[in-house]
Amino acid sequence: MPTSETHIEVRDLTMAYGDRVIQRDLLFDVMRGQIFVIMGGSGCGKSTLLRHLIGLQAPVKGTVSYAGEPFWPADEEVRIAQMRQMGILYQSGALWCSMTLAENVALPLETYTKLSRSDIAESVSLKLALVGLAGFGEYYPSEISGGMRKRAGLARAMALDPDILFFDEPSAGLDPISAKRLDDLILELRDGLGATIVVVTHELASIFAIGDDSLFLDAETKTQIARGAPRELLQTSDNSKVQEFLRRGEKRK
Amino acid sequence: MNETKENETKPLTAGLRLEHNEASAVQLVLSGEWRKESDRSASSRALGEMRTIKGIRKIVIVGGEIQSWDSILPSFLRVVDAYAAEIQAEIELQELPDGARRLWELSRLAPELPAQSVVREQGFVARLGNVALYARDEFRDALKFLGELFQALRALLRGRANCRRSDFMVALQECGPEALPIITLISLLVGMILAFLGSVQLKLFGVEIFVANAVAIGMLREMGALMTGILLAGRTGAAFAARLGTMQVNEEIDALRTLGFPPMEFLVLPRVLALIIALPLLAIYSGLVGILGGAIVGVTMLDLSPVQYYLQTISSVTPKAIFSGLIKASVFGVLVAFSGCMQGLRCERSASAVGRATTAAVVNAIVYIVVADALISIIYVLIHF
Ligand SMILES: Nc1ncnc2c1ncn2[C@@H]1O[C@H](COP(=O)(O)OP(=O)(O)OP(=O)(O)O)[C@@H](O)[C@H]1O
Ligand SMILES: [Mg+2]
Repeated sequence: MPTSETHIEVRDLTMAYGDRVIQRDLLFDVMRGQIFVIMGGSGCGKSTLLRHLIGLQAPVKGTVSYAGEPFWPADEEVRIAQMRQMGILYQSGALWCSMTLAENVALPLETYTKLSRSDIAESVSLKLALVGLAGFGEYYPSEISGGMRKRAGLARAMALDPDILFFDEPSAGLDPISAKRLDDLILELRDGLGATIVVVTHELASIFAIGDDSLFLDAETKTQIARGAPRELLQTSDNSKVQEFLRRGEKRK
Repeated sequence: MNETKENETKPLTAGLRLEHNEASAVQLVLSGEWRKESDRSASSRALGEMRTIKGIRKIVIVGGEIQSWDSILPSFLRVVDAYAAEIQAEIELQELPDGARRLWELSRLAPELPAQSVVREQGFVARLGNVALYARDEFRDALKFLGELFQALRALLRGRANCRRSDFMVALQECGPEALPIITLISLLVGMILAFLGSVQLKLFGVEIFVANAVAIGMLREMGALMTGILLAGRTGAAFAARLGTMQVNEEIDALRTLGFPPMEFLVLPRVLALIIALPLLAIYSGLVGILGGAIVGVTMLDLSPVQYYLQTISSVTPKAIFSGLIKASVFGVLVAFSGCMQGLRCERSASAVGRATTAAVVNAIVYIVVADALISIIYVLIHF
């Protein structure tokens, strides 16, 4: 359940590739145990924002901190230590193709925990089962479908039971039933393990089903144009872009 | 005060107690910290004990005393569940943390469709067979590739090939002028080595001046083409394979195909043409630089006069020598482009496959070049060329 303790704090974040500013002056807090949705049109900078939050890209301006500890700007070592607490699902899955699915999930466990071989095998099997890939442990990423790769990436993100999970479009490329299951899983991860979850998604159904809070990025004005629980935004936002997005392009009557 | 200190240093433990009161039912009572970093020896002991009890019909898991947990707990539930299924016992959960129970249920929900189990371990005979099959596939692919390449060339001659001039120019730039520095260096050194080798023998007869002949003929007929071929196999052949292989991984090649751009015409043709043109030119250049290298050795170490060396070189170089080197270089150009592009196009969809394709492209190209060189040399001898 969402708590009132701030987990991620973003202040005046401006992001750019070279001279090209993607988003400026982003300002939001993510509470511990919250499911936070980042939405917006394609190409508006959602993945880029995620790359800043997970430490892959440095902001041009502004600060990011986790549980009160600075992340940007901060020393490289501090950042790497904090990055280890995160589980990340990349937009394209990003599985290591020379390893089987089981090895992909096991690698962080082997490196960062003292679990025995059999404990790791059990843990891997649980994680794969949770994303509906039980029995696929011995497969290589090139031998499974795109949606399955996505789910395997999710299993790898959960390997260490991280505090914070970042999902870049987890349900893209999944059938409606798997997508629904994924939503359930996200809710369980939050309720069961108390994880904070940041999700980039376009799926309206899942935005409304899981989102406790949200941020709406706009490509035109290059900044955030809405904040709040998705359901409330649907009722109360008077921004026509937000309304159109949340109503699949239909204008509010 | 003392107590808190003890708490801090005490490692976390996950407790598990086995209670076996009724004949057909056992109770597993969980307690403590069910976390990754906890000591879970109690758990394996109790589970081992449970496995020795015969005739269990029901396993009750009691979780009321659990202090904290992470995914180790649902993982443990799965193990017990699997064992219960094995001995056909019923399983009952009591007072387990809600979240853990739901995660466990979610993991059970998974359609256990262990699609055909994959076999990775193989015996010697099977591996041998696979090698043979692989070689056959590769040979067939090579033939197919050659056939398609000729078709593409025909389309080009008829002016109907679907390829862009700019791709050709870029490929030509990459495999031609950009290779000049490394070719200059290697050729200069090879020319000097030839001169040294020759001088040792020719000194015995007092005819050091013939070093000029040896270097000129050696570079133009043989070493220029061979060194350039091998350098471009490593430089350009590898680049072609990596480039096309990555395009294969990103489905770019499929996108070309479905849009009606045959990869053979659109990607391979410009590269093959670029190499057929660039390699002979580079080979001649290499030959000239090699002769220069020989001259440096001749003049500085063998005390030959520059004019003498120059005249001797001119008199020994025949159009035939140049021409035979050019033929070899063209063939090598085709071989490097062929092996680079073919390995790139038949690459599978993963980063490691791109690595394998690149390696194969370079190794194959070098083998092809040396074999072709030997064959052509034999043919030259037979026809007194
Ligand atoms: N490596 C890069 N170099 C330069 N510009 C980039 C780079 N990556 C992304 N961009 C630009 O940044 C903008 C935002 O890209 P980003 O990938 O963050 O979009 P997104 O919101 O995640 O879109 P989508 O929903 O399609 O995934 C785009 O306009 C893109 O052109
Ligand atoms: Mg994106």
